[in-house]
Amino acid sequence: MAENDVVVIAERVVGGHPDVTFELLGKAKEIASALGGEVHCLVVGSPEGHECLGASDHLHLVEGEHLWPYNPHAWESAVSALLTQIKPRLVLASTGTVGIDLCGALAAQSGSMLASYVVDLSVEGSTLMAVAQLYGGKLMAECDLGDGPAFVTAIPGSFASQATRVDGVANATSHAHEAAEVRMRHVALTEPEKTGVDITSEELLVSVGRGIGSQSNIDLAQELAEVLGAGLSASRPVIDQGWLPKAHQVGKSGKKVKPKIYLALGISGAPEHLEGMRQAELIIACNTDATAPIFEVAHYGTTADLFDLVPEILDLIGG
Amino acid sequence: MKIVVAMRQIADLVEELEVDASGADIDREFVKFVSNEWDEAALEEALCLKEAHGGEVVVVGVDDVDFDQTLFGALAKGADRAVKLDCGFEGWMPTAVRAEILARWLREESFDLVLTGVQAADDLDGQLAGVLGARLGLPHAAVVVGLEPDGSGFKVTQELGGGVTLTSHATGPLVLGIQAARQAPRYVPISRIRQAMSAGGIEVVEVEAPSARAPKVTRLFAPEAKGRAEMLGDKPSEVAARIVELIRAKGVSVS
Repeated sequence: MAENDVVVIAERVVGGHPDVTFELLGKAKEIASALGGEVHCLVVGSPEGHECLGASDHLHLVEGEHLWPYNPHAWESAVSALLTQIKPRLVLASTGTVGIDLCGALAAQSGSMLASYVVDLSVEGSTLMAVAQLYGGKLMAECDLGDGPAFVTAIPGSFASQATRVDGVANATSHAHEAAEVRMRHVALTEPEKTGVDITSEELLVSVGRGIGSQSNIDLAQELAEVLGAGLSASRPVIDQGWLPKAHQVGKSGKKVKPKIYLALGISGAPEHLEGMRQAELIIACNTDATAPIFEVAHYGTTADLFDLVPEILDLIGG
Repeated sequence: MKIVVAMRQIADLVEELEVDASGADIDREFVKFVSNEWDEAALEEALCLKEAHGGEVVVVGVDDVDFDQTLFGALAKGADRAVKLDCGFEGWMPTAVRAEILARWLREESFDLVLTGVQAADDLDGQLAGVLGARLGLPHAAVVVGLEPDGSGFKVTQELGGGVTLTSHATGPLVLGIQAARQAPRYVPISRIRQAMSAGGIEVVEVEAPSARAPKVTRLFAPEAKGRAEMLGDKPSEVAARIVELIRAKGVSVS
């Protein structure tokens, strides 16, 4: 029954299919099974690498002008056309650029329910229930998405991924999409610059967040990094303020790091940041807010003020 | 070029957030509300575009706690108009409702760009730019980090994650969710905000709150402390000693 089917939007825009697509396929199978429906996966633009998406019951390969490289306007038109045919109960994507670009608009156009920042999803009777992470991860919202069509964007890393990396696609369909009117055209896709700064290769990272307060205070963290022989990294607010170059950014829009030790100074731990550093072997967090989400992933924590703590560490190590 | 910046208030995340008696919303009585930081980036980008290319910046939003402060701040920074859409709504407003209120107002205005923050910390039912774009039938893009007029349209750069960026040419009008402006939001002295306040100048438009489909929050709660950190106390000298010990125990050589 199509009205119980679940659609996953594959979000490959460069390189291979991202982990989150497999996480969503796993959750899609679980939900479809509970509803008595099937799983569809939509691959838009380039079919390259689609063979590993065999966990879906139906794979839809959509090609057409302006669909590759990624084009938000053209993808919206292509996905909308296919959803009109499939008429699924649930559409899954991630709370990343592609998911944000598409899901809000498609849900609004179709009058469907939408939940963002979802970390858990289940079926109760005929109702979809979601748990979403709000207020920068400080609170969770359990919510009822009703028994009609819904879109869900999930935070990457919320569901397991490996079991759904299945080679071999049994049921693939090709679709040619011609957009009626394309008001966005591709200009350039740019990979990160090689700057010589490589925070992913450091064993020890001193990482600063909004709590560092100002550009001049970066010097204190820099001094600590130098004394410890560590790399210096930062969360998004520090980069957005222009206090450190982009190459130093850890998180969803920066780099994923796995150092032996991650010393987080004045970082609250927004979900986008945690995505980039939660796999560090040892995380030590310093934040004056005892409720900061960073303490949920850190192994050790302190609410001491970083401006008191850092000089003490420098004293001990001979700074 | 006329740029509309959609702004809103959000609970200050620096403060402790408590759940109210209903169990489904934050306790709004004791929380401080501040301007959404991504909307401030959108305002900054709009002001930079105006300074570089001329034009008009209009700030608009649905009335909320202390929203006048945000609007006066925007006027003090250089916005030309500030518009408050008043519908008497209280509590958590779904994006679908906010987008419809803004769309109704925008349909009566001419504009080249609508800029807003890429997200807000409580936009459970979706981020504003996409929902608003769809309601207006306009192209839209999220996570925008670069914006320039380009011939008859705009060159828009989005972050795609992992440091990859995508630049597209878009024909306006369009709606963009701004992740970061070309520079950090400007500081405005309190004296300038006071001047803006004494000059008045906020246009108030009475509107109706439409109904919209949105998730029904059944329970709002603090995340379970699963992997809660072992706390090292808060005495700097003792904490510093423990941190150095932990680093050395991990086999990382420190000088």
